[in-house]
Amino acid sequence: MKNFISMTLNGRQRDDAVPGNMLLVDFLRETVGMTGTKIGCDGGECGCCTVLIAGKPRHACLTLAASCDGTDIETIESLETGGRLSAIQRGFHEKLGAQCGFCTPGMVMAAEGLLRENANPSEDEIRQGMAANICRCTGYVKIIESVQAAAEEIASKESAA
Amino acid sequence: MNETTPIDPEKIEPVKSIGVPMPLVDGPEKVSGKANYTADFLEPDALVGRILRSPVAHAEILSIDTSAAETLPGVEAVATGADFVGQFGVLPIARTEWPIARDRVRYRGEPIAAVAAIDVETAQKALDLIEFEYVELPAYFTAEDAIAEGVTPLHEKRPNNVERHVDYDLGEVDKGFEEAELVCEGTYDCAEVCQVQTEPHAAMAAYDGERDRLTVHASTQVPYYVHLMLEQTLGMPKSRIRVIKPHIGGGFGSRTECLHVELIASALARKCNGTVRIILSREETFVTHRGRPEQNTTLKMGMSKDGRITAVDTTTTQRGGAYAGYGTVTILYSGSMVFALYDIQNARYNGYRVLTNTPPCGAFRGHGTVNVRFAFESLMDEMATKLGLDPFEVRRKNLLKAPTFTANDLMVNSYGLPECLDTVEKASGWKDRKGKLAPFRGLGIACSHYVSGASKPVNWTGEPHATVNIKLDFDGSLTILTGAPEIGQGSSTILTQCVAEVLGLDVTRIRILTSDSLVTPKDNGAYSSRVTYMVGNAAIDAATNLKAILVEAAARKMDVQPEDVECLGEVYRAGSQDQGLTFEEVVVAALEGTGTITARGNFDTIPESWGGDKYRGAAIGGSMAFSYAAQVVEIEIDPDTADIRVEKVWVAHDCGKALNPLAVEGQIEGSVWMGMGQAMTEETRYHKGLGITGNMLDYRVPTIIESPPIETHIVESIDPHGPFGAKEAGEASLAGFLPALTNAIADALDIRVSELPITPDRLMEIMEEKKKAARKNADQKVSA
Repeated sequence: MKNFISMTLNGRQRDDAVPGNMLLVDFLRETVGMTGTKIGCDGGECGCCTVLIAGKPRHACLTLAASCDGTDIETIESLETGGRLSAIQRGFHEKLGAQCGFCTPGMVMAAEGLLRENANPSEDEIRQGMAANICRCTGYVKIIESVQAAAEEIASKESAA
Repeated sequence: MNETTPIDPEKIEPVKSIGVPMPLVDGPEKVSGKANYTADFLEPDALVGRILRSPVAHAEILSIDTSAAETLPGVEAVATGADFVGQFGVLPIARTEWPIARDRVRYRGEPIAAVAAIDVETAQKALDLIEFEYVELPAYFTAEDAIAEGVTPLHEKRPNNVERHVDYDLGEVDKGFEEAELVCEGTYDCAEVCQVQTEPHAAMAAYDGERDRLTVHASTQVPYYVHLMLEQTLGMPKSRIRVIKPHIGGGFGSRTECLHVELIASALARKCNGTVRIILSREETFVTHRGRPEQNTTLKMGMSKDGRITAVDTTTTQRGGAYAGYGTVTILYSGSMVFALYDIQNARYNGYRVLTNTPPCGAFRGHGTVNVRFAFESLMDEMATKLGLDPFEVRRKNLLKAPTFTANDLMVNSYGLPECLDTVEKASGWKDRKGKLAPFRGLGIACSHYVSGASKPVNWTGEPHATVNIKLDFDGSLTILTGAPEIGQGSSTILTQCVAEVLGLDVTRIRILTSDSLVTPKDNGAYSSRVTYMVGNAAIDAATNLKAILVEAAARKMDVQPEDVECLGEVYRAGSQDQGLTFEEVVVAALEGTGTITARGNFDTIPESWGGDKYRGAAIGGSMAFSYAAQVVEIEIDPDTADIRVEKVWVAHDCGKALNPLAVEGQIEGSVWMGMGQAMTEETRYHKGLGITGNMLDYRVPTIIESPPIETHIVESIDPHGPFGAKEAGEASLAGFLPALTNAIADALDIRVSELPITPDRLMEIMEEKKKAARKNADQKVSA
């Protein structure tokens, strides 16, 4: 049984027929071919597959693709503009929030969701906002610094504009 | 070159790269999702590979009937142990593991068959159709049970299930104990832990039947060892094999040896003449294991009144799992490193590596050193307290004086531990705060160390330890070709910085290609913190050789002597008033008559670093340099829940010259934090050999919520042989956390914790026992 779904993926509208049991993460990776969203566990443990669904960070491995009919999905592939890194991506790059990089797309999307809600989060709020994402390289110290740097960059750009 | 804007010679200078904090050269693709890991190569015709695993811990295999699976539509290949011609393993003398079990299974989860099919559902259905007949054998899940009288050996050649017994007796141990003011003994137990790198193991193998060629993408730290094991297990000439290591989602030693997944994917691919992708689940990645063994240590230490350690006697047992793996090396490391952090002349060691019916252990970050460090630094601390000595002072009493050789002949040329101690003592406010904290708060200190690469490689071939090529072509582009696996530790960045520094060029001018056996030179791999030291030195050598070629070409072009040419990176000139030649012009001159240039650099260890021969296996531990670390941990304990909150960690790590201080900090923070996981929450558990913590919820990796601030200090004791004086940065700071935490608990509660992880449940039990004992004592006093 296939389900016909219509969604906005990274700003582009698309229609697909997906099996009812297909996970969003498999749809993104195997059907669409966008492999930036990673799979690090057997379901809901690590946060590597975090994407934004209707602007909220969600585990793509706990979401059925069929349930995304009519929604707006954003993945790591959507963040760069004009070939340049977004403020959050730049933060993770420059502050070494990414070492092996495998948790990074999920981390970046979690931070994206957080900063849209709360442009100036405290350290505790960053910890709360990123708590569903496991990193095994950094000890999180530089992840917190990355998000802080991104928030500052976004704020300084906005005040300049 | 735009001729209308002449370069001002006054302003040109070589670009500095070394010592500059800079982001990773491969950072942009990682943060943008463009970095391809093994599972990200979507070959449209790739088949799905799946592995059937043993449901029993120890059994003789009677039959594995795959006939029904083979005829299932959509199944392209089924493999069993019969599809391999050889075994694999780490040490050439202990290659005892079949990629898929033959004759016997030795742990729950060991591969017994595999299939390649058109999709996941078909592959799973095929696995369900495979019939496995067996006769169960007695299984042993603890080291104690495995070595009891009359056991069934797991391996014929190891009749008493001891993979390796290591012993040494250096100096005069008994005399040392006699001379001591205080002799104490303690037992220290560490649970088995797993690396849990975020990327599950994966492999994609493509077989070209027309030309008998195999190409394997593998999530490995050791593509060269994978290459060798593919040859051995498949019986294929290594010249027909190509191994590619794409981006890797961390390793920490979990893939420091060849694993089943690469071998099975390859056998299936060859069998069906196609491409097979196997992506292990998280649970399978746990079962593959290769983590740190459960280890029980009894340590006896003698100390003089002023804190000098007069003798140490260590007995330790590791539950190694069902196969040798790195086992012999692990138990040797425990012995060679346990005392060699300090100046101790009298040391005895008995280490037992035991075979059990659990998944094989491996070389987890801090290989072999962590659990014995916990024992050593705990007992040292306890004895200091008993003698009324400050924990810092007792450590200072036992320092080495470099250059020197330890009692087991390890070469120490640089030793920044004294400065590490001074740094964290000051930064943590130890002198003012120790003993004056609020109730249920505590401060603890511990030290640790690690090798900068093993001076003797596992596979001795007579080749140099490291080889790097740099390709320079007509377009002026420089490409570093290295087999050194970038696994997230930042090795590609460090090698780029080394080359950039020698040539005086900006790092953005240089590209790096790693670990594709088709084009990159062979490299032993990313383990034992060898890459920065060994491959870094080879990169410097290659860049130096390239620079000599460029200087010579510039001299020819300018009609001067090479020794008169000054290299300023983007400009080569003869004399400060000379306008000189641009780098591009020098490249044109250099390529004249020769074409594309490939400069090679090598590195080899010196015999003095090879460890001694005072006992069998004494070479393990031998290294060109050792890194050192000290850390102070501050905690607060909730008296009602026994929840331990790590308030802060101050760490100082002597990594020699910090080639990239930002990357060094990242390594140190990650190490400390990983030590925290082992100390507080992480534990791989089994029920009769069945893994019951095979996910990241039951196996508790710390989240961002409970992870403390870590204040990192870099100490630079310049090593005479290191690349620009650098040493190891990514492992030493792990081991210190464990005892620093338990020493802090002792400070807070006057309780000595000897079993890790110290979960709230365990601590609560100890706190209750202490209360009960105190009540009993009080009652006795009253009744008396």
